[in-house]
Amino acid sequence: MLSVRNLSRSFGNRLVVDDVSFDVGRGRLTGFVGGNGAGKTTTMRMILGVLKPDLGEVLLDDAPVGESALHGFGYMPEERGLYPKMEIGEQLAYLARLHGIDKTTATQRADDLLERLGLIERRRDKLEALSLGNQQRVQVAAALVHDPDVLIMDEPFSGLDPLAVDEVVTVIAEHAARGVPVLFSSHQLEVVERLCDDLVIIANGKVRAAGEREALREQHSGNRWALEISGDAGWVRGIPGVTVAELAGTTVLFDAESGAADAVLRSAVERGTVTSFRPVRPTLGEIFRDIVVDASAADEQNKREGAAA
Amino acid sequence: MSTNVTTKTKTHRLNTWGATLLVAEREILSQVRSKAFIISTVITLALVIGGIILSSVLGGRTETTPIAVVGSVPAAMADSEAFDVTEAADRSAAEELVRSGDVDAALVPDGSAVGFAVVALEEAPDGLVSALSVSPEVELLEPAETAGPLRFIIGLGFGLVFMLAVLGSGATIMQNTVQEKQSRVVEILLAAVPARALLAGKILGNSVIGVGTAAAIAAAAALGLAITGQGELLDLLSAPLIWFVVFFIFGFVLVASVFAAGAALVSRQEDTGAVMTPAMMLVMIPYFGVVFFGDNPFVMTILSYVPFSAPVAMPVRMFFGEAQWWEPLISLALLVIATAIVVLVASKIYSNSLLRMGSRVSLRDALKAS
Repeated sequence: MLSVRNLSRSFGNRLVVDDVSFDVGRGRLTGFVGGNGAGKTTTMRMILGVLKPDLGEVLLDDAPVGESALHGFGYMPEERGLYPKMEIGEQLAYLARLHGIDKTTATQRADDLLERLGLIERRRDKLEALSLGNQQRVQVAAALVHDPDVLIMDEPFSGLDPLAVDEVVTVIAEHAARGVPVLFSSHQLEVVERLCDDLVIIANGKVRAAGEREALREQHSGNRWALEISGDAGWVRGIPGVTVAELAGTTVLFDAESGAADAVLRSAVERGTVTSFRPVRPTLGEIFRDIVVDASAADEQNKREGAAA
Repeated sequence: MSTNVTTKTKTHRLNTWGATLLVAEREILSQVRSKAFIISTVITLALVIGGIILSSVLGGRTETTPIAVVGSVPAAMADSEAFDVTEAADRSAAEELVRSGDVDAALVPDGSAVGFAVVALEEAPDGLVSALSVSPEVELLEPAETAGPLRFIIGLGFGLVFMLAVLGSGATIMQNTVQEKQSRVVEILLAAVPARALLAGKILGNSVIGVGTAAAIAAAAALGLAITGQGELLDLLSAPLIWFVVFFIFGFVLVASVFAAGAALVSRQEDTGAVMTPAMMLVMIPYFGVVFFGDNPFVMTILSYVPFSAPVAMPVRMFFGEAQWWEPLISLALLVIATAIVVLVASKIYSNSLLRMGSRVSLRDALKAS
């Protein structure tokens, strides 16, 4: 398990990452979500040892991550970049060798990955000769070519078409399935929602929520229910303790305490066939918006209080 | 927990030296394979060999001046190989030969003190007139120890070879470093190997190319001299030349480090000018110092100990036998120390500014501990 413990870092007077702690479990895909400038990239760079934290540490299986452990980390930076004038096969092999893999194995692994990503025919092409989407695939391969023990990917899906996203997801999921802790950030919340097991939500340099995806959704679900019946659902309005949010013929979306919700279900069964009845959990996007809006409102509040005092 | 990872590729941790070699290898291969490098090297080598052979062919050809002589041939002409003598029956026959262009001039007897006159078409050949003239013996009581022009040429030669090699490689190092920053590949590299290995690999790789190119040019020049039978010129240069090579290698690393550190301060090719200029100054000022103050022993002695100019100034002083045997050793030690310091400072600048993108990083920020 990769554990981030109390990481802090400031640039000048600006505190960019503020006491950030979370875990990335083995065999689990952990999504790292936050707005622009929330501190995702800085946190990732500190995990990679590319940037020194002011405070805090990173542990892998409870041991501090040193230079030798860092060697096994795979990294896909948000700022994409490889050598534009180097053949992609050779380039991937070179990166693998920098991680201490011998030349033959490195070349073999580079070819295998290119094969997986559908680029094997172009292994002798220079990177700059490839389309942007294919360059992105090579970038993904660059993070995986040395068979990393830990995978840190900053926005791995940006710039990929849906098909390529699926390919990359498959490759990443394979690594996770082998017991590699995977941390990735993304703006594409629906992809994160579909893909990740755990979530870390960060805003203004602080972790606002962290944990299993379903637990988070549970935690942030209000008392909203969805009911679909065979007849018109207009009667739901008349049940005490129920606020209807949306009514469209036979389906209704309403907010109610569980007692009132039970009453709705009972009378629905009495009135006819119930097609479906379920609690509505917020999507990741909704949770994210709630948390980030709350967080910035709270920060505004703090600032104002701080200024007043 | 990690035991369930069965298909793990076997890796060993690469130490800094291993990483340095790998970076150097890429640096060398990527340059040696580029068309621009191959073409420019081939052209340079061809020019060097061709130039030496051509100048020897043109310069070595002994010009013979065809002349016509009426009557007896003067002693000065008889044993000279510079003249192709044709006997002419009388003055009119000689004039005829001059007019037709078969000979450049004719010697005809007349009643003057010298005994003959030179007949030519438009002007008399210089060689002929001076061969017939009598000049007095010159005796110098205090001859100058070394010829000024030779001194200038040797200084210019050493200086030019060093400056061209160093500037060429310096520009390449700078370009490659900035390109790594600009294309952002540096972040991936830094996640794999320490910044000092990146810097050392870059300096090593480019030094191998630069020194290798210079060696190839020197070999081509030696080949040219050997082909044209001027091998003795090489013997004359030998000891100072060996010192020049030794100084060259260390001086090269010194300048390469300065360029790499400078390049780490900027993140776009467009900004390289601002850091390139001071780095170039460091190389060019001592070079011009050697060229312009070559005959000032005091300045030359100082320049031969300043690390940036020592690679040129010390071999020049040795060539003219002005340096004691221990002087190059001390100068070299200073150069090595300076190189070590610059490499250390450069690696600090390099580490601290590599990930800073955007505007140019100030030298003070780059030197501060991160």
